[in-house]
Amino acid sequence: MALAKITSVTGRAVNVPGNDIDTDRIIPARFMKCVTFDGLGEFLFNDVRKDPKTGEITNHSLNDARFKGATILLSGANFGCGSSREHAPQAIQKYGFKAVIAENFAEIFFGNSTTLGMPCVTATREDIAKIAAAVEANPATEVVIDLVPLEVRFAGQTIKIAQRESARDALVHGRWDAIGELLDGLPAVQTTAKKLPYLAA
Amino acid sequence: MPKSLFEKVWDAHAVRTLANGQTQLLIGTHLIHEVTSPQAFGMLRDLKLKVAMPHRTFATVDHIIPTDQLVEPYRDPLAQAMMDELRKSCAEFGITFFDRATGKQGIVHIVGPEQGITQPGTTIACGDSHTSTHGAFGAIAFGIGTTQIRDVLATQTIALGKLKVRRINVTGRLRPGVYAKDVILHIIRVLGVNGGTGFAYEYGGEVFDRMTMEERMTVCNMSIEGGARAGYVNPDETTFAYLKGRPYSPTGAAWDAAVANWKSFSSDAGCHYDDVVIIAAADIAPTVTWGINPGQGISIVESIPDPAQATAVDEKSSIEEALAYMKLKPGAPIKGTKIDVAFIGSCTNGRLSDFQEVAKFVKGRKVASGVKAIAVPGSQIVALQCEKLGLDKILREAGFEWRAAGCSMCLAMNPDKLIGDQLCASSSNRNFKGRQGSPTGRTLLMSPLMVAAAAVTGSVADAREVFAVNN
Repeated sequence: MALAKITSVTGRAVNVPGNDIDTDRIIPARFMKCVTFDGLGEFLFNDVRKDPKTGEITNHSLNDARFKGATILLSGANFGCGSSREHAPQAIQKYGFKAVIAENFAEIFFGNSTTLGMPCVTATREDIAKIAAAVEANPATEVVIDLVPLEVRFAGQTIKIAQRESARDALVHGRWDAIGELLDGLPAVQTTAKKLPYLAA
Repeated sequence: MPKSLFEKVWDAHAVRTLANGQTQLLIGTHLIHEVTSPQAFGMLRDLKLKVAMPHRTFATVDHIIPTDQLVEPYRDPLAQAMMDELRKSCAEFGITFFDRATGKQGIVHIVGPEQGITQPGTTIACGDSHTSTHGAFGAIAFGIGTTQIRDVLATQTIALGKLKVRRINVTGRLRPGVYAKDVILHIIRVLGVNGGTGFAYEYGGEVFDRMTMEERMTVCNMSIEGGARAGYVNPDETTFAYLKGRPYSPTGAAWDAAVANWKSFSSDAGCHYDDVVIIAAADIAPTVTWGINPGQGISIVESIPDPAQATAVDEKSSIEEALAYMKLKPGAPIKGTKIDVAFIGSCTNGRLSDFQEVAKFVKGRKVASGVKAIAVPGSQIVALQCEKLGLDKILREAGFEWRAAGCSMCLAMNPDKLIGDQLCASSSNRNFKGRQGSPTGRTLLMSPLMVAAAAVTGSVADAREVFAVNN
């Protein structure tokens, strides 16, 4: 399976500020009643984008026409905490995002996103605020996430980012979906499995 | 060199190192449910792959299942479609399915231990973050995404980086009226909701030595709420006694060999931990959350935090956001907060001992008028055990609705939902915005007995006072 080598993501950005934005907020559980991931994008952040009482559109930044078409999501600390639902990164990706920049990520969300080829990179709060300010001043600002020198370039500025090396390696070498490699290892898997006393086989 | 249980289990299951430095890790036991697996089976079909070791995967249905309707088709056609899909996939790929007709259906994290499928020294994965529950048996158990479910189905492995290990010692004795739920809510409050990122938590100390398996499961269950992907307790005689005689437990000579093998996985004295935290049991009180994440908890005798008194970075804004959503007053005592709904159940607190403890104290009491109280056993077997003991009758007489097994109002993917901005005293694990099915619904997490105390008084109360607990 030939996967794209993801060395950089270029696009416009939108800031969804806040810490501990959990997977229930990203995609409420009632939208997980489905047997495919198709169509999840429409419900991304549903309950904060629509007033639950009136159904009216809120002032959430994803509802702001100036940021329409943004492909890079900015947020705060512990982004994606909570459940293991892949529906969360799927909804973000299907909405049109290609990468997320946050102060840090919850473990399972980070892994799920990487497996979908959607880089999650971390930056300091100050640096994320700089990107957010540039985007706010000019929503058309081009933001470049470069995974090779691990930096983000925007509006003439450059900031440092970080990403776990195993994820960065997998993205830039086009092996972020591990299935091919895992299948190659099947003979070794059988060997390991045979060595371990387990449930009656 | 002395090694921790985590390292021993990891090393035994490490198949090989992948190109990006991650490990191809054997998943000894795989559990699936209807919400996160259908897409994985779809991916398998698209890639024309088979299930590599179908005998290592076990399925049940829990999230969408109605607790007030036993006969199919379910009123919700989407729920029925998910049910049908799981049934079809299990039949197609030869996977054991604990369907309702088997009498063994229930929440996946209750079914595994109940059947003896969850065993020490194993790796267990499931497309559900509360898979950490199974760590109570000395297994390395964690939640995975749907693409990884596909990986496990196709190869019985996933690509994973090694976690660090934090030892959490809870020393001394718990005070009367303090439960396993309070222990984990306290730990999360102290270490933070992301304090465990990158770690597996190893729980130990006198408090854990004395805990029953069901109590250990309650604690391990919520490891993920502290950011730790896995949490475990070293296996001991309590563990072995629990497993003996269960349907999937070894028997005869194989049992003795299994116990010897399981013992060998326990952390060695003097092994390295990346971090050690010591918590005094005496500092733990009945705990209640007031906010929108499980770390926002206080003891029942404390007051709701005031953002004006916040000192740490972010603390002020997070308190303000939480209180605005929860419609609670800063500085007011949490005790006395009126509730609308009481929910006892979930993979955290939906086991026999939870209902036994509640029934013991609510016997002869009545749920306050205006409070909707529901008790949802975690599995059909738990339900049956409770019914044999007459616990369902006690709870019904007190005014609780006694339901069929499932996840129910923990995440409200079935018809059990909060309405509007109802406030729910809940024995579940998450108090996120909208978690219990209404986008403005509010959740206060607490132990089952604290839920019962809130149910009978109509407001958040100290169970120790309401029920004169002094065991």
